[in-house]
Amino acid sequence: MDKPDYVINVSSRRPEKGKYLLPLFKGLKYTLQNFFTKPITIQYPQERREVRDRWRGLHRLKVDDQGKLKCVACGLCAKICPPQAITIVPYEEEGQTRYPKEFIIDEIRCIFCGFCQEACPKDAIELTKVYDYVDYHREDFIFDIEKLKHPERFVFTGK
Amino acid sequence: MVEFLSILIIKTLVVFAVSMLIVAYSTWIERKVLGHVQLRHGPTRVGFHGLLQPIADGIKGFFKEEVVPDNADKPVFILAPIISIAAALSLLVIIPFGDSVTIMGHKITLYLTDLDIGILYVLGISTIGSYGVMLGGWSSGNKYGVLGGLRASAQMISYELSMALAVISVVMVSGTLSLVGIVEQQAGLWNIVKQPLAFFIFIVCGLAELNRTPFDMPEAEAELACGYNVEYSSMKFALFFMAEYAHMFVFSAMVTTLFLGGWHGPLLPGPVWFFIKTFALIFFCVWERSTFPRYRYDEVMELGWKVLLPAGLLNILLTGLWMVIFNI
Repeated sequence: MDKPDYVINVSSRRPEKGKYLLPLFKGLKYTLQNFFTKPITIQYPQERREVRDRWRGLHRLKVDDQGKLKCVACGLCAKICPPQAITIVPYEEEGQTRYPKEFIIDEIRCIFCGFCQEACPKDAIELTKVYDYVDYHREDFIFDIEKLKHPERFVFTGK
Repeated sequence: MVEFLSILIIKTLVVFAVSMLIVAYSTWIERKVLGHVQLRHGPTRVGFHGLLQPIADGIKGFFKEEVVPDNADKPVFILAPIISIAAALSLLVIIPFGDSVTIMGHKITLYLTDLDIGILYVLGISTIGSYGVMLGGWSSGNKYGVLGGLRASAQMISYELSMALAVISVVMVSGTLSLVGIVEQQAGLWNIVKQPLAFFIFIVCGLAELNRTPFDMPEAEAELACGYNVEYSSMKFALFFMAEYAHMFVFSAMVTTLFLGGWHGPLLPGPVWFFIKTFALIFFCVWERSTFPRYRYDEVMELGWKVLLPAGLLNILLTGLWMVIFNI
């Protein structure tokens, strides 16, 4: 019976009996080589994988030399934010610069697209490399100004 | 009399303690070696390099909840792990760890007993261990358990035979059934040189008896969801595992005794050589486990009956001819 070329008869390609003996020893050699190779595991909380500089993690609100927020509460980031995770309440005294009275980012809603740092005219918000913030309640993920100033302290250490 | 008894009791305690320690730490060796073969670390958290892991596991085993299934045959269900561990531990009696030493004027032999029929004792008792597996699988009222138990018993019966044949040729060369006698006879030349085929058969059959990969039919995870010990929990499960590792230690010790010259070796004292060889074999057990895939069930049976059994018989024939021709 003629079969088309693309039909492969697996049964006809079965190796002869006992053909597996040599590969068994090859396998032993391979596993022994692996045994003497250094493990590639990264012991996560103690060692960490270095991420790229462009990594988009938790947000940081930058401060200037006097320790004041660079943000002028223009609302561009809140406007561009696709999941609308940013809430800004601006405040302005007569003759002074505007500054945000409240700046809240819902880190659960956030999709870490980085549009906020692209949109910001004052370079006041950036995404840091912190990628492993953990907490117990959903409310803890709603970040206010104080939390947003120093996201580095949220790096998970396993403690 | 008192002196004799106290020496015996101390020796028993020491052998038991050392063996249990080795059994516990062969789980550590297993996890560590498997980890490194797979480019992982293995246990690292409990103690230095995870050295306290077996102890932590033991404590966990004691404190976990014990579950007996509703449709289990309760007495047998409880008895099965006991049979397993008892059979494994009673094998420790005849392992010759070393030659005799003199401590404070007493001549102390570094083995518990020197049975005249030591090797028969090993074969017999190690087969009883398979009752534990079989009854455990049958009594748990679980189809996977039954299948695992059945496979275990079938496999053990088949391979026990070839194993005994391999041992017979060793006995023919040695001219004694006592393990100590076999070791003493190997002072010049180890049996592995005289009996390479028997060595190979013994290793393969031993792996099958141990239910280790590539013969881990009774507990084939993929097919049987763990096999005979599915329904076991907490310390009963731990007992099955201890029995398995105790069997592994005894198997390594037996290969050392029968083929690798037991305590014989240059420079270092006897027991040290014994443990070096035994641990090398334990390492081999783990190493091959990390390498080989599992046999299909019918292939296991085929290998046992169609290859190893004739090979064992052939080996006996060749040994006999050799002994007749060279008149040994």
